[in-house]
Amino acid sequence: MNLQAHEAKLLKKLEDGVERTVTELSDELVMDQAAVVRASLTLNKEGLANTTETSGLIATITDEGKNAIKYGLPETHLINELKPGKKSIKNIRLKNVGIALGVTKSKGYIVIDSGFLEATKKGLKSLETKENELTLLENIKNDETLEKADLDILKSRKLAEYSFRVVRKIKATKKGIEFAKKTDTKQEVSKLTPTMIKSGKWRDVVLRKYNVDAPVAKVYPGKRHFVAQAIESVRKIWLEMGFKEMTGPMIQTSFWNFDALFVPQDHPAREMQDTFFLDLTAKKINNGFVNSIKKAHEKGTDNSLGWQYKWSKEMARKSVLRTHTTVLSARTLSQIKKGELPAKYFAIGRCFRNESLDWKHLFEFNQVEGIVVDENANFRHLLGYLKEFFGKLGFERARFRPAYFPYTEMSLEIEVYDNRRKGWIELGGAGIFRPEVVVPLLGKDVPVLAWGPGFDRIIMDYYKIRDIRDLYKNDVKQLRDMKQWMLG
Amino acid sequence: MPTVTLDKKTVLNLIGKKVSDDDLKDRIAMIGTDLERLDDKEIMVEVFPNRPDMLSEEGFARALSSFMGIKTGLKKYTIKKENSKVTVKGLPKEWPYAVCAIVRGLKFNDKKIVSIMQLQEKLGVTLLRKRKKGGIGLYPLDKITMPITFTAISKEKIIFRPLEGKTEILADNILETHPKGKEYGHIIKGLKKYPVFLDKKDTIMSMPPIINSHDVGKITEKTKDVFIEATGTDLNTLKVAINIMLATLDDMGGTIYSLEMDYGTKKFEYPDFTPRKIKIDKKYTEKLLGINLSDNDIKKLLAKMGIGYEKGYALVPAYRADILHPMDIVEDIAIAYGYENFEEVIPAVATIAGESQKTIMERKTAEVMTGFGALECKSYHITDEMNLCEKMSTEKRELVKPENPSNVEYDTLRDTLISGLMKILSENTHHEYPQNLFEIGDVMLFDKNSETSTKENMHLAFASAGIDSDFSKIKATLESALRALDIKCTIKEANHPSFIEGRSAEIKLSGKTIGYLGEIHPKVLNNWNLEVPVSVFEINLSSFVN
Repeated sequence: MNLQAHEAKLLKKLEDGVERTVTELSDELVMDQAAVVRASLTLNKEGLANTTETSGLIATITDEGKNAIKYGLPETHLINELKPGKKSIKNIRLKNVGIALGVTKSKGYIVIDSGFLEATKKGLKSLETKENELTLLENIKNDETLEKADLDILKSRKLAEYSFRVVRKIKATKKGIEFAKKTDTKQEVSKLTPTMIKSGKWRDVVLRKYNVDAPVAKVYPGKRHFVAQAIESVRKIWLEMGFKEMTGPMIQTSFWNFDALFVPQDHPAREMQDTFFLDLTAKKINNGFVNSIKKAHEKGTDNSLGWQYKWSKEMARKSVLRTHTTVLSARTLSQIKKGELPAKYFAIGRCFRNESLDWKHLFEFNQVEGIVVDENANFRHLLGYLKEFFGKLGFERARFRPAYFPYTEMSLEIEVYDNRRKGWIELGGAGIFRPEVVVPLLGKDVPVLAWGPGFDRIIMDYYKIRDIRDLYKNDVKQLRDMKQWMLG
Repeated sequence: MPTVTLDKKTVLNLIGKKVSDDDLKDRIAMIGTDLERLDDKEIMVEVFPNRPDMLSEEGFARALSSFMGIKTGLKKYTIKKENSKVTVKGLPKEWPYAVCAIVRGLKFNDKKIVSIMQLQEKLGVTLLRKRKKGGIGLYPLDKITMPITFTAISKEKIIFRPLEGKTEILADNILETHPKGKEYGHIIKGLKKYPVFLDKKDTIMSMPPIINSHDVGKITEKTKDVFIEATGTDLNTLKVAINIMLATLDDMGGTIYSLEMDYGTKKFEYPDFTPRKIKIDKKYTEKLLGINLSDNDIKKLLAKMGIGYEKGYALVPAYRADILHPMDIVEDIAIAYGYENFEEVIPAVATIAGESQKTIMERKTAEVMTGFGALECKSYHITDEMNLCEKMSTEKRELVKPENPSNVEYDTLRDTLISGLMKILSENTHHEYPQNLFEIGDVMLFDKNSETSTKENMHLAFASAGIDSDFSKIKATLESALRALDIKCTIKEANHPSFIEGRSAEIKLSGKTIGYLGEIHPKVLNNWNLEVPVSVFEINLSSFVN
């Protein structure tokens, strides 16, 4: 058992087994009453002391009462004055002559006749005994409990005041007395120093208690950016599911960003306003796939009709800031070797959309990409992987709506249900790569499940960010105060 | 993607059954269109580019009605023969094709005209790629005389009153002054001869794909019979486009009449609504969808998509643009089956997971930097050239830039990270110091040897701002970080325009500079309106990624 300094001090005081009131203890220990009470609570809890509480009348003697104890009551003074005989009122030289007159008269100690006062027999006899009021006052002084009627008498004579109050009395238990014998009160110190630790002096001192409720200065931990934290957790989920990570440059040729994904060259997404084109033209594009991809566009593969237009190699050479991480999937498909199937890949990366900046639109966004290349993969697996992924991110409900992308078929839009806002959040697309994408890159038609939803919306929702620009605002205070990403 | 506003009453009448708003919302979503708004009067919906046939009330209701199981199966369109022709000759190779038809017995009103115009406009934007692939025109039959010729004539000889124009003007004048001329004129501008439709009396009916004649090419409420044409670069696309128009006009109550398209050497009767036959590979469908289907199931599901079925073949309506491959039939079967009805499964396929080396390096570096109590920042890859050069007091250099940025202050790809951290410090001067920030990210540089003539390196940058920040501290942090990451580099004194002379150094790896460190020069601090000392380092980590 470890007693704090205050507690030890109190117990030591109670070692004699005497019961004391809190008021007494406060006076004797020079501790404020609240501290005595707090310390006693611990002692009680540890079975070292008992506290009894009585609610009773607490009387305090007034200055007049104190005088009466010291010098006697006014009536006694008056009777003493009249002891030799009759006296004229004018010749009475007493301080409280008014009170004395009233009291002696009502007690029947005097008679008044034509301005002369004379003590009665009863009055003279009263000098031989102690006045009741005085006895009562002395009782108060001796801490005896008084009846209310008696106190009222004193109160009416302004000799004492009283009120109702709880009186706590503390007494050490047997266990407490024994414990107290073994306890010494020690010196209190505020700081533990290396010298104290080394010399063992810490044994002789008590370390002062802190006010644990007091406010303290803020400190700021080093932290990863919250977007990086979210990316880490998304990455962890795919790794848990057995996916291998793909990475690659943000600057890509149109060939890989669009053509390899069967996006026709006149598709609106390839128009200037949506895509960041660079003033750079690739000297050559990967020749191993140019012919098969040109064919896919112009005439199709296998049973496909293709887009039926003249494909331009020139257009495919134009560099772009990747519009989707799906470009990484296309490149990966072109590198998979026979015997490596089934294969599962994922990527998380920054993509670009040439948009004017405002609270809803940003020209950079994060995409999470995944492909499953497996002879036996099917549409239900696609839904299964996605449902599992969003489940792990904390979204119990996910739904899939038909959608359209040039490179997938089936194509679907992923939505997750936001319990807090009671609504569906649209996150982006998924599907099964079209044969026109897979055959040129892989050499044969194998089902390739693919997805590329965004997750900036999820990050914004989690951190209650309204303005999308705040994702990369880098406000130092915001970053310092922000909670960690806790969704896995 | 195109958004159309459809009249709700018309759509519901065409669907042919009372439908609650909730059902309507659900079915619109699950057929594969994006509902934007649904109120008492209108349905505003985004139609994906693969279904241009759904861009009108008629087409939308046609698809929805069969999807809801009300009017299912391949819809029959009867085509009568007009016994007249359109001659196509003398066209430039840039605009060689036309297909035409006649529709009789229409009862136009304001609403229907608006609807047809909307369809014509949206087809022009989507399927016909802002008219670059083709344009569509309608003419009141009573204003023109059959037969018709589609040809090209010298632009100086083309003079007519364009739709809603005040007077007859020359072709080039139309391109310069008429709203449609300004919008689409670039498509034909380079040609010597412009394509025109002429009727029997050589009246100029229109100049495709720009504008019709106001006199003979304006549809009004009085119009009952129309001549309709689609011209452009790709015959198959034009056929689908005109078929979509025709199916809609037929659904409005008109009757389609065919014309002979006379290309000289080749003649054919058009329109032709014979459905395309595509063999259904049942095994492939079942395998890809992960469900079992009987022939009857397939028949029923296709019927929900308005597709016919005959002995293992799908009969694809003539107005469907998106069926390129048997895969597309599988998709229609899946949509009819209902995406919500597929049970999700995760197959037991064993694959080995793996993080990329780059990610591992990034994460380990971040661990070390946060260990120093530094705060990670994330900036855009696209920034302002002024931030990279002028404000850092460094010389102008070759930087990778997008051609067409929408935001003028974001016009350059970063080649260093430090200026980004300086920008962040300059925006946070009102917050408590010291501020220790770091960023790990890719920078873009030129590289003649790569496919795109660029390369991307992963950098780490650290900035420490505060009264105690100095060269010794930044050097201590750098060396400690390098030790932790097991990177062996040398630090060599070198001057750099961003730093105080004698308080900067380069980070060297086998003779090559891969980074620098130093105390930021007060003039640079002034450029960023910073009032505390700042020390930084930046290092290329790419060399250390396996």
